[in-house]
Amino acid sequence: MDLFTFLKPKNELEGASADTELNRPFVPDSMWVKCTGCGAMLLMSDIEENDKICTKCGYHFRLTARERIKLLADKDSFAEFDADLMSKNIIDFPDYNRKLKSSKLKSGENESVVTGRCTMGGYDVVLCVMEPGFMMGSMGIVTGEKITRAFEYATENMLPVVVCTVSGGARMHEGIMSLMQMAKTSGAVKRHSDAELLYITVLTDPTTGGVTASFAMEGDIILSEPNALIAFAGPRVIEQTIRQKLPKGFQTSEFVLDKGFIDAVVSRKDLKVTLVKLLGLHNVKRAGEVEN
Amino acid sequence: MSAFDKVMAARDAKKPTTVDFIENMFGDSFFELHGDRRFGDDKAVIGGLASLNGMPVTVIGLEKGRNTKERMERNFGSAHPEGYRKALRLMKQAEKFHRPVLCFVDTSGAFCGIGAEERGQGQAIAENLMEMMTLKTPILSILIGEGGSGGALALAVADEVWMLENAVYSVISPEGCASILWKDESRAADAAQCLKLTAQDLFKLGVIERILREPKVEDKKIFESLKMLIARTFEKNLSMPVDELLEARYNRFRKIGDCKNEK
Ligand SMILES: [Zn+2]
Repeated sequence: MDLFTFLKPKNELEGASADTELNRPFVPDSMWVKCTGCGAMLLMSDIEENDKICTKCGYHFRLTARERIKLLADKDSFAEFDADLMSKNIIDFPDYNRKLKSSKLKSGENESVVTGRCTMGGYDVVLCVMEPGFMMGSMGIVTGEKITRAFEYATENMLPVVVCTVSGGARMHEGIMSLMQMAKTSGAVKRHSDAELLYITVLTDPTTGGVTASFAMEGDIILSEPNALIAFAGPRVIEQTIRQKLPKGFQTSEFVLDKGFIDAVVSRKDLKVTLVKLLGLHNVKRAGEVEN
Repeated sequence: MSAFDKVMAARDAKKPTTVDFIENMFGDSFFELHGDRRFGDDKAVIGGLASLNGMPVTVIGLEKGRNTKERMERNFGSAHPEGYRKALRLMKQAEKFHRPVLCFVDTSGAFCGIGAEERGQGQAIAENLMEMMTLKTPILSILIGEGGSGGALALAVADEVWMLENAVYSVISPEGCASILWKDESRAADAAQCLKLTAQDLFKLGVIERILREPKVEDKKIFESLKMLIARTFEKNLSMPVDELLEARYNRFRKIGDCKNEK
């Protein structure tokens, strides 16, 4: 290897779903599960009842989009947008059709984000929740389109937006079209912001790559669940680039809080109360309230 | 040329860099401005003021360096957050003085390292995307070599994006793509083909407006005609009402990717 190749920084590996950090388990469908955080053997039903938080150490297992909507939206208030919007293999990427099909089967969703309108503690909000089971929440055209439409709807209807992120980054199977979604969603966020409307992001494990470098970091208020991986480049990519081990706790929510890039780390138990409190501090309309 | 030949050409150390473009197009009129006013001066990003046939413009570019010493200094064109923040500072300044912004993009990607993460690489790029979308002055971005993912896009939210005929623009490097897809970096050429990253592919996909001839440093005529082309584009965009310009910029990105509801 010549000096030039050796010194040349590696590309940011956005969409790096091979990253082991990104493959931390969901709660599997067996009676007993081993906690990723503390190694304790836990009874599945105990975790289920505890919002998928380890009863021993507080480790937050991943939630599906539907589980999180259930956690945050008032009962039966969620009205979904664009549920039928589906990705196509626009650049004829090898194996992408099969990948889309298996992701739909695995997650039960048509795309990596579920968007809609709901009430939260009585407040009207637009809620977007990313789905880790769909290609690790990677951002494709439809992901970008659904988020953009949700922001445009919120701007038009003067509503706040809450986005819960979980993403391995851009979706390489859609090539440059995936990258362009970063600009597209950022544009919609900016218009919403310029209309003096509230945008809160909730970062969950993992939030990386092109999602971190666009709408995840554009909230007026940025919250995160504890001990989530929050990064631009994944730890493996950085280790390959700088050829050394990363310090423990690097790129966790607590680390990012300490560096000044998020507002608060909030336990899943307190997430809804916190969001409702913040909405209440922003003159947000309550459902049924008529504007003067 | 295959897609991977284009990748190699885009990375060719002998091709003109941002500094070559600035020297050949603006000569002594260029005055470099340094620093992000927050952390430091990232030498992977060069920025300043120049005269484009009498029109004051802000010029910002990712610079890889032209020899080993320069490449080390410039971190091979891979910017840290302070580089993107310097770029944004100069863009805001351009907005204040109603100067058009000309960006040159040439990077394998935003830098991946401890300092870059600690100082918010993701946040820095995100902020540029948001702010550039509504910057009240014309922006034109030209990809002159490698357009590496978010690190390139952070200087390419513009009214028009042009590419040199052998430049590439991609969400991931072909090597990275191959190693994820086939666990085999040596299949980068196949990956390059799949990613549709050449100027010709991107033109077809509607992601860029114009493909430019490759200039050679000694070829003064090409730089002259490029200057004319840029000046005409800026004149046209400067004469547009600002809200129309911003509406067009928003829609330029809004329409990318064909999405229709089923039924
Ligand atoms: Zn535990």
